[in-house]
Amino acid sequence: MNRLPLLAVLAALPFMLQTPMSFAKGTGYVFVSSENDHIVTVLDGKTFAKVKDIKTAKRPRHLQFNPDKTLLYAACGDGESIDIIDVAKLEVTDQIEDIDDPEAFDLSPDNKNLYISLEDEGALGIIDLASKKMTKTVEVGEEPEGVLANPDGKTVYVTSEVANMVHVVDPSADEPKANIVVGTRPRRLALTPDGKELWVTSELDASVSIIDVATNTVKEKLSFAPEGFRKEDITPVGLVMTKDGKTAFVTIGRANRVAVVDVVGRKVETYILVGNRAWNAALNKDESLLFVANGLSDDVSIIDVPARKVLKSVPVGRVPYMVVVDD
Amino acid sequence: MIKQMVWMALVASLWLSTAYAEDKPAGIMAPQNLPANTEAAPVQIAKSVLTFAYIELTDDARYDDKLMPKQFLGAPFGRPYPAAEVALKEIKFHGEAAGVSFSLQQVSGKDSADLIKQVGDLQAKGVKFVIADLPAKELVEVAQAFKGKELIFFNISAKDDALRQAQCQDNVFHTIPNLAMQADGLVQYLVAHKWRNALVLQGSLPEDQLLLDAFSRAAKRYGLKITDTRQFVLGSDPREREKNNIALLTGGDYDVVYIADSQGEFARNANYQTLLPRPVIGSEGLNALAWSWAWERHGAPQVEKRFVKQADRHMSDVDWAAWMAVRSLGAAVQQTQSSDLAKIRDYLLAPITSLDGAKGNPSSFRPWDHQLRQPLLVATHNWVVERAPLPGFLHQINNLDTLGFDQPDSQCKF
Repeated sequence: MNRLPLLAVLAALPFMLQTPMSFAKGTGYVFVSSENDHIVTVLDGKTFAKVKDIKTAKRPRHLQFNPDKTLLYAACGDGESIDIIDVAKLEVTDQIEDIDDPEAFDLSPDNKNLYISLEDEGALGIIDLASKKMTKTVEVGEEPEGVLANPDGKTVYVTSEVANMVHVVDPSADEPKANIVVGTRPRRLALTPDGKELWVTSELDASVSIIDVATNTVKEKLSFAPEGFRKEDITPVGLVMTKDGKTAFVTIGRANRVAVVDVVGRKVETYILVGNRAWNAALNKDESLLFVANGLSDDVSIIDVPARKVLKSVPVGRVPYMVVVDD
Repeated sequence: MIKQMVWMALVASLWLSTAYAEDKPAGIMAPQNLPANTEAAPVQIAKSVLTFAYIELTDDARYDDKLMPKQFLGAPFGRPYPAAEVALKEIKFHGEAAGVSFSLQQVSGKDSADLIKQVGDLQAKGVKFVIADLPAKELVEVAQAFKGKELIFFNISAKDDALRQAQCQDNVFHTIPNLAMQADGLVQYLVAHKWRNALVLQGSLPEDQLLLDAFSRAAKRYGLKITDTRQFVLGSDPREREKNNIALLTGGDYDVVYIADSQGEFARNANYQTLLPRPVIGSEGLNALAWSWAWERHGAPQVEKRFVKQADRHMSDVDWAAWMAVRSLGAAVQQTQSSDLAKIRDYLLAPITSLDGAKGNPSSFRPWDHQLRQPLLVATHNWVVERAPLPGFLHQINNLDTLGFDQPDSQCKF
């Protein structure tokens, strides 16, 4: 599908030509995957103008940079691959092939392995990045979704949407070392910066379960209840935390809002109205901006974080899923 | 015919006499806004097997091999047992805290008496939960025989409204939506589109009358006008052309043609043959279904994919209902950390219960008639046009109760 608008490319050309190819770090670009257009849209981080649509394999979803942000990995569900985008070239230059319906993944802290939820197999897959081969799978509950590698290198967390669990997996072992029951349909995970708490969104429970990492137990549950909404219309999915560990931003899907959560005070500070079915979100480096991918309005909302309000919404491809920032 | 399927090789050696779960004292109902278990569930080997019986008729006209390949809208594509197997795999971790693993036991009977005997034998061995793929008559008879006994039936295929009203039984839970729910979903769609005038074509069978009753009720509930109701007959006898020729049957003015045809044979020939260029709905064209393989959201494609892998065909309404029955039981065991019948029953009927049916809104059972409230998919043969309840159809407690019998409409007395 070639939907690359010629004008956008022409407009971006002078800028692209001026950019030295070695200049990979801190392009300021915002990358958004769109499930139904098979593209990753690149936006300028300042003007939010479209720089390019990078063509990928079918149905790109989760996006993640390698540690030095020279490469961007894109899980392409229907393409059955993880496409590897060269951030300097803004094109797919490599691919990890033959993965059944990849959706969410994380990289090991040493950048040697990629941990991926294998939705159809009910397993966590471990892919060796050097050889691009899957070296191991660990059986977990059906429809595994969010994956998070603990920076300690010893633990990988995987949610199972069907088992309503977070599986705690030691990548060197053959089965989970703990299974923690959380709210219905758990999706995404985030660790507090001190590594003591693991936050998990539950799409059908309008909540975040807060897990004590030391004991692998749920110690608290934070529910979302924006005024005028019923529980069934509040579907938390995306989750991002500030570096100081004080604020979390949780997209609450069908309620078309982002919840701003006071992490220490355990309360929702405010709800910010964004586009339809807010799905995943990302902060820029200085945490002044929050980008939210809106799955059912085909756009990205850009939020002024200190002001807690939307600056702009920018159209991208059909069914935006994930957004990441290179700065 | 008895087939035993036991998951987890470790426990396969345990046979029925020792197999049924003891309740764990720690199992408690989850209080609101608190996670069900605040303790970690360590990985452990399940201690016992909780068996779900699955009963069906050996000869069931609904699964006629000559009928099913015609793929009438909403009709089964096959017997739903594989869907129960899919769900059984999905709940493999759900019994961990309660110390149980799950198994299915498929039982086939020639009639109600035969099934009652077989279910009785299973009950003696400790079976407490029965997935019932039976027509209304047999379901009523079998469930009646176990009235007041420690046994819960899950109705996965009888859509008759009466089973939720006058004929309701305390030991029957329904995961398949009833006809009134389907009609409400369809009529909501018509009203939302301001297609307010429907011409009705009705067959002569009692089952056709049930469809029409449900549609008429929904029309009254949501302000749809039935411009006329005309009897159709199958055939091509020129002397009966006023009743068998679709063009002659569809004179007048209307927005849609609703066809009440439980057999499907007449309805499938109606599209593109009406006198006016108007959509055909109901038994053909568009209907509110429990499931559509084409639904793309809420994790539905993953469920469909697992089912196709198991059954080598698409999933339909009865398959979803079988899958959902086993899923509901798994969720109840997980959340109560128990395999105790009373606790599971309480959980299924609790207002905070949220069961995931891969259709969006969390589902739960209505306490007044034990019908599973659920979204329906307003679908054609290969696409979901809308999800019901449609936007704007609101209810003071749960919008899902705009589909089917709400509490004030209920005539069910347990």
